[in-house]
Amino acid sequence: MPALITVDQVSKSFTGAAGDELRVLDNITLDLREGEIVALLGRSGSGKSTLLRTIAGLIAPTSGTVRYRGTELGGANPGAAMVFQTFALMPWLTVQDNVELGLAARGVPTAERRERALAAIDLIGLDGFESAYPKELSGGMRQRVGFARALVLEPDLLLMDEPFSALDVLTAENLRNELMSLWTGSKFPTRSICVVTHNIEEAVLLADRVLVLGANPGHLRAEITVDLDRPRDRKSPAFAALVDHLYDLLTGRETDAAEPEPADATPTARPLPPASVGGLAGLVEIVHARGGRADLPDLAAELNFEVDDLLPLVDAAALLDFLLVTGGDLHLTPTGEAFTTADIQRSKEIFAGQARDRAPLVRTIRRALEAGAHGTLRAGFFRDLLRRGFSATDARQQLDTAIDWGRYAELFDYDTNTDRITLDTTSVHT
Amino acid sequence: MVMLRTFPSREALSRPKQRTADLLVFLGAAALLWLLVKLSHGLTAPFDEATAPARVSTDPAELPYYAARSLLRMFAALGLSIVFTFVYATAAARLRRTEKVLLPALDVLQSVPILGFLSVTITGFIALFPGSQLGLECASIFAIFTSQAWNMTFAFYQSLVSQPRELDEASRLLRLSKWQRFWRVDVPSGMIPLVWNGMMSFGGGWFFLVASEALSVNNHNYVLPGIGAYVATATADADLGKVLLAVGVMIIMVVGVNALFWRPLTAWAERFRVEESEAAEAPRSLTLDLLRRSRVPQLLGRVFGRLVAPLDRIMGVFGLAEHPLRTDPLRRRAGDITFAVIVLAGIACGLTQMIVFIADTTGFGEVGHALLLGLVTFGRVIALVVVATLVWVPIGVWIGLNPKVSRLAQPVVQVLASFPANFLFPLITGVLVATGISLDWGGILLMALGAQWYILFNVIAGASAIPNDLREAAANLRLPRKLWWRRLVLPAIFPSYVTGGITAAGGAWNASIVAEIVSYGTVTLTATGLGAYIKDATTAGDGGRILIGVAVMSLYVVGLNRLFWRRLHTLAERRFTL
Repeated sequence: MPALITVDQVSKSFTGAAGDELRVLDNITLDLREGEIVALLGRSGSGKSTLLRTIAGLIAPTSGTVRYRGTELGGANPGAAMVFQTFALMPWLTVQDNVELGLAARGVPTAERRERALAAIDLIGLDGFESAYPKELSGGMRQRVGFARALVLEPDLLLMDEPFSALDVLTAENLRNELMSLWTGSKFPTRSICVVTHNIEEAVLLADRVLVLGANPGHLRAEITVDLDRPRDRKSPAFAALVDHLYDLLTGRETDAAEPEPADATPTARPLPPASVGGLAGLVEIVHARGGRADLPDLAAELNFEVDDLLPLVDAAALLDFLLVTGGDLHLTPTGEAFTTADIQRSKEIFAGQARDRAPLVRTIRRALEAGAHGTLRAGFFRDLLRRGFSATDARQQLDTAIDWGRYAELFDYDTNTDRITLDTTSVHT
Repeated sequence: MVMLRTFPSREALSRPKQRTADLLVFLGAAALLWLLVKLSHGLTAPFDEATAPARVSTDPAELPYYAARSLLRMFAALGLSIVFTFVYATAAARLRRTEKVLLPALDVLQSVPILGFLSVTITGFIALFPGSQLGLECASIFAIFTSQAWNMTFAFYQSLVSQPRELDEASRLLRLSKWQRFWRVDVPSGMIPLVWNGMMSFGGGWFFLVASEALSVNNHNYVLPGIGAYVATATADADLGKVLLAVGVMIIMVVGVNALFWRPLTAWAERFRVEESEAAEAPRSLTLDLLRRSRVPQLLGRVFGRLVAPLDRIMGVFGLAEHPLRTDPLRRRAGDITFAVIVLAGIACGLTQMIVFIADTTGFGEVGHALLLGLVTFGRVIALVVVATLVWVPIGVWIGLNPKVSRLAQPVVQVLASFPANFLFPLITGVLVATGISLDWGGILLMALGAQWYILFNVIAGASAIPNDLREAAANLRLPRKLWWRRLVLPAIFPSYVTGGITAAGGAWNASIVAEIVSYGTVTLTATGLGAYIKDATTAGDGGRILIGVAVMSLYVVGLNRLFWRRLHTLAERRFTL
């Protein structure tokens, strides 16, 4: 099959406020071909949305090229339509007008516009809602409008940016299934679909190929071909095996990348996962309650957690050596067991010890405070340091996480009014 | 609303009502048209600068006509403000280079005392339309425009730059043309801030309408047929009864415009609300209900709807609302530098000319004098803000925490805030003249007449937004009165209070120009202050002193905003946002 989209050695950097370059995508090469559905699967920070937007021609790659049918993109991709996570419907237009908007932009005569819009509305199961405004519709119905608006243009390529993640579980499942039955039928107006997702099951359910992206900076880690018949059965062993494999890929360490051990990593080499103390303690508790071992996909399904919510907790627990992750399974470590079974004071002490030794940013802050004469430093100082390796938002999040952990561990305290971090002198651990 | 009408039974039931609605809407439109034709006749009345009368007739029978002429001016200014807003805000938001110039310019323009410039604009406009009243008319409209436009522009600019990223991406991928993007995405998404700011600015505009209809500029008195001129003449005659009559008409006008124009507009604008920020209580309007029930708007929609597609096609020449992904960094850099050089050269040129002008006319000694006078006016502004705070914060909190009271008080306060305070000056001046109180102190009262309401209604809004949970928690903790104020109410209303304070202080500075020199009958009272200085210079047509006065006042306003109000605002954002 000929390639619709060719992404050739694309890298993308954003320039920070301090003039520093932050790399989001690193040397990505891929093809999107006619007749296939490709899922871009990755955790937050893997640049999957950025990659989708370079394919859409909404942002320019810093280096490398994106071609649509052999022509390099100079603006919004003329052969692509997009479905957004937040729907991105114009709230002041009716369903009908929203669907017609793209046709109006192409100068299609009014009568034909109406006819084509009605056909698309009909196809996606929205008939009867033509004169409704988006805010009168439920989330699922709104996303159908999003689909109709994209499909009415009959684009070569349908781009979807986490299209089901703002919907509740049942609605998402329903819409996914309808989309798939349309795709397998003959009436589907696009030639290819590219979907960004952080939901592993969704990727296996939809895609012919799953491209797994790694983070910091975003790069292609693996390409998994899904050779299952449609409609796909979640219960089938082949399906479960693929899901397990993908979990393993997403949680496991990368073999080729040299990631330093937490104990001697710098704050930029091992960022803190954005997890709250309460969340990670809860996870450790659950694993303990299950006898010290839990299967990640099961856990995610049972807690009804998105991977993006669950994995930071898993990472944090692994970073602090409370849990061990192997092959999509979680194992409780002795430290983890001590942490979850001790009383509040004792478990705080264990947490403090682990955080000081194994959480690079917490350790760095604590050492800097101890080295200083007054035991207090401006938080801005650490923020500036972090800006060398993170974007402004990420730097703030890193520091917020470190402060949250440091406060819980009584290692240091933070005063919002003065924006200073101070050594916690009441602390028992010195 | 519209959807309900698909049921046949409903349709049948609402038939007679609908016909009444149609008739009412049609009659209303016809009356409006007739009024416009009648009024526009007067606009081009012959005018000769030398012989023009300095007063209008105070016959009460003329009052409706004057009121209508004033209203026409207000709406002309509003239309002008909207056009300006669209062009200026879009240029500032969409063009990378112009943003750097347009935004600071807007910031300064917001703080410039508009009344000080009337002498300059009036001469210009009279020269533009020789022998016709249109020049005077334009000067008045321009004065109102300058009081409305900046706020609206700022609001629209804000909505453009804070447009959800997905909407921007969707419009680019749908390949909307610039024209389509503007009317289908930009204007609708900015509609709510535009309408609300338009309403507030319109309220503020009355003040400038009154101030600009009767002016003594360049040793010459100008009047325009209008309600402001009527009051000015009645004041000169010391005819209190007629002043009161005009005040009554003014109240009717303010309330009427609110009920027939702004209220329906704000209710209609609700459809442009993005659902994330649902209004607690959506505004409703009888007028809008009437319009919606009638078929006239639908018919009009059908007629004008046909124009949309051809217009889209014609305006397509402006190209797609898309920017090229790649730009040559060298060319871009060169463009930036050229632009910066031109702008800087322009500013430098203007500054030198100003300095030369001042040096040639009044000399720089005047600057020091003006700065000192500014301090006196500044003292008045401080006194006003402090007293208004002490008086209105407790009352505002009481109103805001009582839903019943605030439902009654809110519209009253809003009318009070948009009622032109200078309309009431004659009444207060009469009292001052009678009691012999110095205007140095009485001026504070005159300035407060308009400015204080901003504090009151912002405090009301803040207090009524205190979450019920917090109030119940405070009651549950049995907080004593003092703690209740310190720990709950004051922090909770702080952000709204700051907004009110900024507006009140800004309004007070502007009001000082008309409040520090007032006359009643044959008596003229003068206070020491920068406002009196500017007014004096304007009357005498002394360009150098006008320039110095206005520049010094702008300096005070901008400086205070930067050094004081903005800090409070940041604090409020950081610590006290609920």
